[in-house]
Amino acid sequence: MSSNLIWRIMFAFYSLVFFGFLFGPLVVMSVTAFNTPQYPQAYPFVGFTWDWFGILLKDRGLMEGLWNSLIIGFVVVSISVPLGLAGAIVMTQIQARARSLYYIVVVSPVLTPGVILGISTVIFWRDVSEVLGITSVYNGMFLASLGQSTFISAYCMLIFMSRLQRFDRSQEEAALDLGASQTQVFFNILIPYLKPALVSAAAIAFLSSFENYNTTTFAILADKTLTTVLAGRVRQGTTPAISALAVLIIVVSLTGAIAFELARRAEDRRNNARARLAAEAERAELSALPA
Amino acid sequence: MKPLSAFLIFGGPLLVIAAYWWLAHRDRIRANDPNHVTFFQRNGGPVGLYLVAGVGIWALVLIVLPMLYMVDYSFHPKLPPAKRAGPEDYYTIENYKYFLFGSTRSTASWNVTHLNAFWLTIAVSLIITVLNFAICYPIAYFMAQVAHDSTMRKFMLLLIVPYWVNELLRAFAFSVIFGTSGLINAFLIAVGVLTVPIDFIGRDIALYAGLTYAYILMMMFPLYNAIEALDRNQVEAARDLGAPWWRVHLNIVMPFAKPGIASGCTLVFMLCAGALAAPLVLGGPKSLWFTPIVYDRFYQAFNWNQGSAYAIILLLTCVIFVMLVMRLFKVSFSEIAR
Repeated sequence: MSSNLIWRIMFAFYSLVFFGFLFGPLVVMSVTAFNTPQYPQAYPFVGFTWDWFGILLKDRGLMEGLWNSLIIGFVVVSISVPLGLAGAIVMTQIQARARSLYYIVVVSPVLTPGVILGISTVIFWRDVSEVLGITSVYNGMFLASLGQSTFISAYCMLIFMSRLQRFDRSQEEAALDLGASQTQVFFNILIPYLKPALVSAAAIAFLSSFENYNTTTFAILADKTLTTVLAGRVRQGTTPAISALAVLIIVVSLTGAIAFELARRAEDRRNNARARLAAEAERAELSALPA
Repeated sequence: MKPLSAFLIFGGPLLVIAAYWWLAHRDRIRANDPNHVTFFQRNGGPVGLYLVAGVGIWALVLIVLPMLYMVDYSFHPKLPPAKRAGPEDYYTIENYKYFLFGSTRSTASWNVTHLNAFWLTIAVSLIITVLNFAICYPIAYFMAQVAHDSTMRKFMLLLIVPYWVNELLRAFAFSVIFGTSGLINAFLIAVGVLTVPIDFIGRDIALYAGLTYAYILMMMFPLYNAIEALDRNQVEAARDLGAPWWRVHLNIVMPFAKPGIASGCTLVFMLCAGALAAPLVLGGPKSLWFTPIVYDRFYQAFNWNQGSAYAIILLLTCVIFVMLVMRLFKVSFSEIAR
């Protein structure tokens, strides 16, 4: 038993160090957002101030980038979720021989460095827009959305695939037997079944798009997004206003994560209550049966 | 664009699709199954059309065509648009030669700067991959096998929050800590250990620390998912039969978690070797990471053909790494990419 105790102490210490490593840099950066010196400084702490947040909100470039990032995020969600869904459904139906090649093609963007996706998108569309004479296509916002969708669709597809694996096809057959058309089956059975996956795919797509830098910086051309502006600011010279931005992002994601956790707990409680009720009803039914 | 390239890029994928379609068609005739439903019968017209169009746009227009086009592009010299497909446009490997030997005017026989950066990038990425595995394994094992549900969830929550902080901001945090007037130097000088600050950024220490930090969670989640599926009884049984703790991990947990280890390693290596944000923010004036060099080919040297060649070199490196991992761990591609 005592050796067990030693293990537990060692592990507790290790996880303390691990989470210290994980959160230390973020905490240090957050402290600099409230410290007065011009250069982001955590130690010594000279004086408390909110000024860096004000300066951040007045930064025109960052705000424009933020706006563009939001637009691109919504475009990427509306491209990636339908494409990922189509990809996942085709994966379940495609002939076995073609499946492995198909799988490699559509999943490869996940394992390709983001810069390469950005580069290939820009090169391809520059010449396509020239040859076809539609120069409006060669536009940073459009190309960044396309480049990001290339791999974000694959994220969505993987989410849909794991839910589709548990789909009971007899539901589909029952609906068809009752006279539903295939289109009705798709919209009234498959889509409602996939709803949780649709929500998480959309969330993942938006967040991945919002924080993407590698693909975007190549594909964005003359336009700017939050991450590309941020990269410029960080390289030019560091100011605590960037720390202030980090604090805002941390607060938002912390709130989101906690809200998600609370929602899940509530859902669990509901499910437990439902399971208990069902068990009671079953018992009542069984006891009512003649022995 | 030359007719040959155009044929290979646009005709090639179509030929492959046609070949697969023909094989499927032949199987269908051979099987002679009266209950066979075709794709459109099964999905209905509108949905079938959506599936075909969706996959067609994604797999062909977004993934395959740009990639093939980039490969072709890297085998052409840099030319103004008017001269393309003209007599001065020819197939060449000079862009790849440049990576190995540098420009013809340079006196050195090898392109030392770029080659060094390339090898350094690969070596450091490999070290960071192994290091991340070592750091993550105990935590992942604990969460998956030892912890109670509520503890596991708290750990998960703690892991997810830093994950959503932007890559650039994480690198920025490290520059705040490691800068010449950053936290560590300020502290060491205040305590009296140092009189002159240490240049952590110039020595790339900040970069390596930042890269190790940046992708640690990409190792954690696949590892956790793989170990979570292991039946706890197997570990118990091994223990009861007298296996020491390290054998339990080496002979039971790790072989079982192989797909997770493989997929975590692939992701971390790929992200490290393709990292752009951390080297831009934390790279010293002398240090060279490979990705910023690719970036400079495009937006400093404005030689997109050469940049494509460099991008393909990076891509090939990642492909080779994935294949090595598949060999080494004896896992299939679909087990890595989940």
